[in-house]
Amino acid sequence: MNDTAADIVRQSLGRRRRKQTMLKAFGLGAILFAFLMLGILVASLVSSGYKAFTQTVITLEVLVDPEEIRADRLPRGGFDDVLAATLVSRIPQVDPEDRAQMKALEGLLSDGAQFQLRDLVVDDPALIGQVVEITVPLSDPYDQLAKGLIDPLTPEVNRRVKDDEIGYFRTLEEQGLIRQALNTWLLTNADSRFPELAGLKGALIGSAWALLICFAISFPLGIGAAIYLEEFAPRNRVSDFIEVNINNLAAVPSVVFGLLALAVFIGWFGLPRSAPLVGGMTLALMTMPTIIIATRAALKAVPPSIREAALGVGASKHQVVFGHVLPLAMPGILTGTIIGLAQALGETAPLLLIGMNAFITSAPDTPLDSATALPTQIFIWADSPERGFVSRTSAAILVLLTFLITMNAIAIFLRSRFERKW
Amino acid sequence: MVNGEALNMTHTDRIVAQDAPAAAGSKISAQDVNVWYGTAHAIKDVSVEIADKTVTAFIGPSGCGKSTFLRCLNRMNDTIDSAAVSGDIRIDGEDIYARDIDPVQLRAKVGMVFQKPNPFPKSIYDNVAYGPKIHGLARSKADLDEIVERSLRRAAIWDEVKDRLSAPGTGLSGGQQQRLCIARAVATAPEILLMDEPCSALDPIATSQVEELIDELRENYSVVIVTHSMQQAARVSQRTAFFHLGNLVEYADTPQIFTNPQDKRTESYITGRIG
Repeated sequence: MNDTAADIVRQSLGRRRRKQTMLKAFGLGAILFAFLMLGILVASLVSSGYKAFTQTVITLEVLVDPEEIRADRLPRGGFDDVLAATLVSRIPQVDPEDRAQMKALEGLLSDGAQFQLRDLVVDDPALIGQVVEITVPLSDPYDQLAKGLIDPLTPEVNRRVKDDEIGYFRTLEEQGLIRQALNTWLLTNADSRFPELAGLKGALIGSAWALLICFAISFPLGIGAAIYLEEFAPRNRVSDFIEVNINNLAAVPSVVFGLLALAVFIGWFGLPRSAPLVGGMTLALMTMPTIIIATRAALKAVPPSIREAALGVGASKHQVVFGHVLPLAMPGILTGTIIGLAQALGETAPLLLIGMNAFITSAPDTPLDSATALPTQIFIWADSPERGFVSRTSAAILVLLTFLITMNAIAIFLRSRFERKW
Repeated sequence: MVNGEALNMTHTDRIVAQDAPAAAGSKISAQDVNVWYGTAHAIKDVSVEIADKTVTAFIGPSGCGKSTFLRCLNRMNDTIDSAAVSGDIRIDGEDIYARDIDPVQLRAKVGMVFQKPNPFPKSIYDNVAYGPKIHGLARSKADLDEIVERSLRRAAIWDEVKDRLSAPGTGLSGGQQQRLCIARAVATAPEILLMDEPCSALDPIATSQVEELIDELRENYSVVIVTHSMQQAARVSQRTAFFHLGNLVEYADTPQIFTNPQDKRTESYITGRIG
């Protein structure tokens, strides 16, 4: 036993290095696993959702027939008949007298097509009697057909598009009238029964209102509470009790907040159902604990030497807090707030309980109008039987994720931009 | 205990004869000060008289209570929840712990410089201007400019920073930062300057600069400095107080403490046997 200390150290080196390598490998593995899962999620969403970002459209030259549409009877008129007549003129195999064939033909265009034509003519009645070129979406089954989602080899009875309907479609396609266009309706339309017309406008505006209200309530209240608890409250049983409860509040399942909001905001206060105002207030309840915790951590992280310096020259407590501590804590507070708001943006359960999952076909003008939010819109679409909503659900999730990534990027940017060194 | 220098020891400690100034002539007069942090008795019956326009050094081993006592003089201990102070501390005959005394006003009169240079993460100008601004000491921008320049000159840093007043104070070197903090402390026109180990984070050159500065500051202020370095106490102070385990053991003219200590503990400390 005449090993020197150096020998003993040398003998243990291998074991220590192995442990370190294992630790590194484990950490790297964990990160790779997380990225893999994220990659699978995004890939599956993109693969099913990318088709919703285009929409099959048809460009028709429509004669606005003065027989059907009369200037003195706008906006009423047989716009659907005008469109049908145009289609008949393009598809020779259709017999205009055959009711079944005509009905099938009308199903080719989206229900929104006649309204699009109507709006055009109402805006400019001089178009009556003229030929108008108009691009309208095809209805969902034909959209699916154009995107190759319907297999023509499936037995006809099991297929949504019948053989002769496929024939009409091919005829129009051969004339070069049908193409894939960027689906701007996805962002400019509100919800609709018809997948080809359904969009996220209502949900986007609803979410924006709800987040704005959530921020307006939770940010000042959260910061105020945190400043009081961190800077002014005495350390005793009461403040310990409050602290434990705030931490608990942050962990309460969101559906409970929804029930609370239903009982209090809608039941007692009589605020309207489905309104972004109520949604925002509900989300504020959830976001506030997050903001309080983040703000307290940020305030704690301000070095005590700065407080002492300010106190030392005779600053009062509020001058120390507002002049020095709060500005230095702001990056941390903003980061916490944005992460809290990002959570609120993705929150679904409480909004379901206050009715923000209603079917609403117009975007809200005020926070008191009925609206949906992005996550509840995803919920509604995921629940819809039409095939067209499958890809639209994925597309809506991608839109939501884009917003989340943007918000988190802003949080990182703010943190690095305003971080100060001392 | 009319004579402030006389020590109120708990045991049979010999009361050290002092050639103390009369109580009336002293700037700060503390009687029977006790400080508790929770149940820990940090300062035990300390009584001391601190003269105007003098540098008074507090020395003693770590944890002896010298910083704690210093922080009683501008009520910085108020910010610690568990700290309790009893006894009587008067500045210019006024009880600073009286109910009607606002610590804010007290701290404008009693400036403090801390152990670690702690400039605000703001410009050099704003660092110095902050105190006068919050107290409303400057009537105009020109006034404020003048206060800033005078304070920076007084802290012997004006020549180094006059061309970059808008640069961040945190970008200066350690010694410059500490002199900036001194400038910040004198900007509110205090009468007393408390310094809590102002050179412990500085290199020897910066230390000597700050020490020279302390000597100059004596003309206008009553300076109380806590220091770990006995050489520093000997160099800069006229009066020295030796603290040990919360007691004020000995308080006398600096040369006497270092050449002819009356108490065994003082002697042991200055000769390096305890500390």
